Amino acid sequence: MSSNAAANLVALNTLVRREIVRIMRIWTQTLIPPAITMTLYFVIFGKLIGSRIGTIQGGFSYMQYIVPGLVMMSIITNSYGNISSSFFGAKFSRAVEEMLVSPMPNWVILTGYVAGAVVRGLVVGVLVLVIALFFTDLHVVHPLITFASVLLGATIFSLAGFVNAVYAKKFDDIALVPTFILTPLTYLGGVFYSVTMLGEPWQAISRANPILYMVNAFRYGVLGISDVHVGWAFVVMLGFVAALTVFALQLLKRGVGLRS
Amino acid sequence: MSPQSQDKAPALVVDNLRKTYGNGVEALRGISLTVQPGDFFALLGPNGAGKSTLIGILSSLVNATSGDARVFGISVNRQRSEAMKLIGLVPQEINFNQFEKPFDICVNEAGFYGIPRKIAAERAEKYLKELRLWDKAQMQARTLSGGMKRRLMIARAMMNEPRLLILDEPTAGVDIEIRRSMWQFVSAINAAGTTVILTTHYLEEAESLCRNIAIIDHGTIIENTSMKRLLATLDVETFVLDVTTIPAELPSIPNVTLRRRDEHTLEAEMARSHDLNSLFATLSVHGIAVTSMRNKTNRLEELFVRLVENGRHEPGRERAA
Repeated sequence: MSSNAAANLVALNTLVRREIVRIMRIWTQTLIPPAITMTLYFVIFGKLIGSRIGTIQGGFSYMQYIVPGLVMMSIITNSYGNISSSFFGAKFSRAVEEMLVSPMPNWVILTGYVAGAVVRGLVVGVLVLVIALFFTDLHVVHPLITFASVLLGATIFSLAGFVNAVYAKKFDDIALVPTFILTPLTYLGGVFYSVTMLGEPWQAISRANPILYMVNAFRYGVLGISDVHVGWAFVVMLGFVAALTVFALQLLKRGVGLRS
Repeated sequence: MSPQSQDKAPALVVDNLRKTYGNGVEALRGISLTVQPGDFFALLGPNGAGKSTLIGILSSLVNATSGDARVFGISVNRQRSEAMKLIGLVPQEINFNQFEKPFDICVNEAGFYGIPRKIAAERAEKYLKELRLWDKAQMQARTLSGGMKRRLMIARAMMNEPRLLILDEPTAGVDIEIRRSMWQFVSAINAAGTTVILTTHYLEEAESLCRNIAIIDHGTIIENTSMKRLLATLDVETFVLDVTTIPAELPSIPNVTLRRRDEHTLEAEMARSHDLNSLFATLSVHGIAVTSMRNKTNRLEELFVRLVENGRHEPGRERAA
């Protein structure tokens, strides 16, 4: 391994480690709130309302149906929230300059932050899944698809959160996107219902929502049912990963919001 | 560039560097200067003169509009990563995560430079001890005092053991004892071979520590010489005299301008060539007994003010920022 490659690996390891330490240091803000919120979703939508709905698709109970969607929702929002608050916090405190004046290449900075956010998404996802098992039985049908969809979903929203943080000038700016874009897209992305239940044009409009593909790929992995073709879902997700990676690296190269 | 040619290259060459910000402010107007390896170099200038922009460009936080800077022969523009390996930066503003521990801040900084964790931990201990912060190493950085935070930034800047250490007003707001200990540390680093560039508003610091100096104003360099040569150009000094009594009319002394500051203090501005004995003799003749005396300002400060003032009075000059 060349000395540059070894140095980049050390830098990447340092950044990921620092992000994980941050997640664990403020675990009451990073890990507990999503667990509590999702428990409430399971109790209210799954148990209380869900028991009156009965089966929804493929013979699954409403509780079983919404678990994959809620797990994916937790992963998406926590990956996004982790990177946007961590990177913007570093910008706000100017601690980001530690990285900008170092020899670390831009791809290492991006990969380190994304990896940290994906780790938080996965940890929260596992926590929520464990809580879900207290309410219903789940058998993962396609483990590899389940894991791949979780990884891609977390990566996409980590990258999106990074772009948000790069452009953000104040803390309000990192709250705007989750409130006005992420939450509506998540709720309308087939977490609580099948889009096949919608009439046209709403079904077609729903298919323009990227979260629909993540939720359904994950649901296919866990339950074996999906509103969209799983292959197509992975094409969409990989496309988003590629496009957002190129965009985020361009922002870092140009120093948008970081270098004058 | 090979390590051999790096050794022969100047520590810093700034070549016709210009920076115009998006709002049209021309912060640097074609600056050129050279800093030799091992130098302790003062970069002075009033607020808004362009010092921080220059340091920003050297540390790659600011993109130059044109021109280049080379650190030990390596271009900051074209070989950013290689150049950054050679620089340690102590910025003007506190810029670490205040919720992290000093030890972690130092070890992480080393990690960003690709230094393995074991070596990083050893260096963190070494520099935190040298800067008298070891007992605070595991406390949250936000609990440190202002002086400790500044020392932490020096320790952090040393983690990659840079060949060029840039200190941007490192002692602003720091008490005299801590300031002295900081300068002892930096002087020792310089004596061991590290080139140091210092910006400060405490001109007596620059005068006592630095061997060479550049003064920037309005984005241009108005003086760039050795400290000795610059101080030698000072032809007028002002003394503050504590006296027993001051007569209603001050005596007239050739080549000396006397001013009354209060009823027991006089100021005497005089040419450096003028001997003090004749001043005392004349004062004595007029019944003025001098009980003590001191310099009104340090010498560099007097020169600095004069140079900057002269620059401002030049016709056609307009302040950049």
